[in-house]
Amino acid sequence: MWGEYLEIIWGFVKAFAVGGSICMIAQIVINFTDLTAGKILVVFMLVGVALQGLGLYRYLVEFAGAGATVPISGFGYLLANGAIKGAEKGFFGAFTGALSAASAGISAAVIFSFLMAMFFKSKSKKN
Amino acid sequence: MQTIFFNNKPKIVATGTIAGPKESAGVVGRYVDKTLTDDMYGETTYEKAECKMLSYAIAQAIQNAGLTEQDVDLLISGDLLNQIISASFAARDFDFPFLGVYGACSTMAESMAVGAAFVNAGYHKKVVAATGSHFSSAERQYRYPLELGTTRPPQSQWTVTGAGGVLIADMGASNGYPAITAATFGRVVDYGITDVNNMGAAMAPACMDVLLNHLRDTGRKARDYDLIVTGDLGALGSRILKDLTWEKGVDIQPNHVDCGEIVYNVIEDEFQGGSGAGCSALVFNAYIMDKIKKRELNRVLFVATGALLSTVSSGQGESIPCIAHAVVIENEV
Amino acid sequence: MTGKNRENYNKNYIAYVNSFDPPTQHFKNCFRAFLVGGFICCIGQFIRIVYEKVFGLYGDELAGLVSVTLIFLGTLLTGLGVYDRIGRYAGAGSIVPITGFANSVCSPAIEFKTEGLVYGLAAKMFVVAGPIIVYGVLAGTAVGLIYLFL
Repeated sequence: MWGEYLEIIWGFVKAFAVGGSICMIAQIVINFTDLTAGKILVVFMLVGVALQGLGLYRYLVEFAGAGATVPISGFGYLLANGAIKGAEKGFFGAFTGALSAASAGISAAVIFSFLMAMFFKSKSKKN
Repeated sequence: MQTIFFNNKPKIVATGTIAGPKESAGVVGRYVDKTLTDDMYGETTYEKAECKMLSYAIAQAIQNAGLTEQDVDLLISGDLLNQIISASFAARDFDFPFLGVYGACSTMAESMAVGAAFVNAGYHKKVVAATGSHFSSAERQYRYPLELGTTRPPQSQWTVTGAGGVLIADMGASNGYPAITAATFGRVVDYGITDVNNMGAAMAPACMDVLLNHLRDTGRKARDYDLIVTGDLGALGSRILKDLTWEKGVDIQPNHVDCGEIVYNVIEDEFQGGSGAGCSALVFNAYIMDKIKKRELNRVLFVATGALLSTVSSGQGESIPCIAHAVVIENEV
Repeated sequence: MTGKNRENYNKNYIAYVNSFDPPTQHFKNCFRAFLVGGFICCIGQFIRIVYEKVFGLYGDELAGLVSVTLIFLGTLLTGLGVYDRIGRYAGAGSIVPITGFANSVCSPAIEFKTEGLVYGLAAKMFVVAGPIIVYGVLAGTAVGLIYLFL
């Protein structure tokens, strides 16, 4: 009984530590270079793709759960993982695997953004 | 000679100004004709709001001069948006000719100088020069969407929401109004700054260039002016300007003030102060002109500075060419 | 000022301007990024556990729905005008999580709605986030093809 709760709490601690660390690394990169938000996202996504391409990122996902999948590098992991799984089925799978795996996220971003844009308008800033 | 002298003394008869909510809280709030509580100004888009503010400033300048639309011969105006839409759309509301000018944030000094030249030459009797800017429309054109969660770098300035206009007229021998006595058109100066957030540093050399040329052409010293008002260099840019001019043997320290530096009360998220075409238009036409009319200041050098970049040029890695124009406003004593 | 001389002066001037840069507050920035980034990941972990224990989801469906929920929260906070405030405080802490991706899709959509539903909202929607999809697909497919031929 207690063991299960402890495991959940330990899961949160790991997610916080790993997720926070990834964001902190991004902040260090921003501090020392002139990369803008868009470029940071691309770089970290590519890092995720590369690490999973080498078969490494999944260990981080197993260890930290949401701490590794929520940052944008987790999106890269998803793309690479989908492509690798697709490649097992053949050429067509390798071709479609990446975007199929990411389809939920992209669809959600498009649909919710569209709805929010219908409901809200941009607010001007006082400070 | 870069400087032209207006011997027939075109007069600044009246000004019209309007300030956004954030600007109204600052020093100009007590001097402007209208303060807004809503920066949409009852419109649906920020561009329409900017246009409406500019229209207001033009109409108010005419009204404050005790004139009507039929009396005005020419409107000279510009703004920061692509194809100066605010100025030309505002001109649509008026029944007199329109001359569009673009000098980024230096538009106020540029339009005043051009207007004074027309009046001095006798081509026109009454000319309105006006410009304005809006934080939200400038932000979405030059930077990011408003809701995008990015951090503002500490060198950045805050685009002023507001507009200002002046009515320049040939008043004959009448002595009651401040006159535009000289203008120095600036050269485009580029010292290789590429950081689009550091406008003050990019514009300071252009400002120094026109200032030194003006002093050389007129044979005056910086202390001959009651006040040297620069456009929107901000706190950092002003400091750089003082260093640059000091290096050339000119000390502007005692009588220099920067519109961008004084437009906001609290320098918090604005960091270096205000910027934008509306910044100098608002501070100069509302605050400084009030002091000139009350004869607390009698000879003022107004140097508005502008950064001539676009999102395309900075995207292609170009540095930021800048310009500044100087105008002398004097009370006859 | 032409040629070599000018380049020299530019370099001096740029060095002089850079000397005014306020020192970056590395510790404060990084600490905030760590805190907010970690917190967002914990929200993700919480949603994951709820979906897993309460709704009995697992595998790809679970991971996908966690992302979808976070993206919904990101777009909602963007619409309410809150996310850019968080971003100003947190820096990379709110950019890097998937909610930051949602923010970068949603904010131009809201912003450019005034230019119409087709050429405004829809066309500008991926003006910030588009590169992620482009390079993500390129890199992902490259990985897939490499695995195919290995």
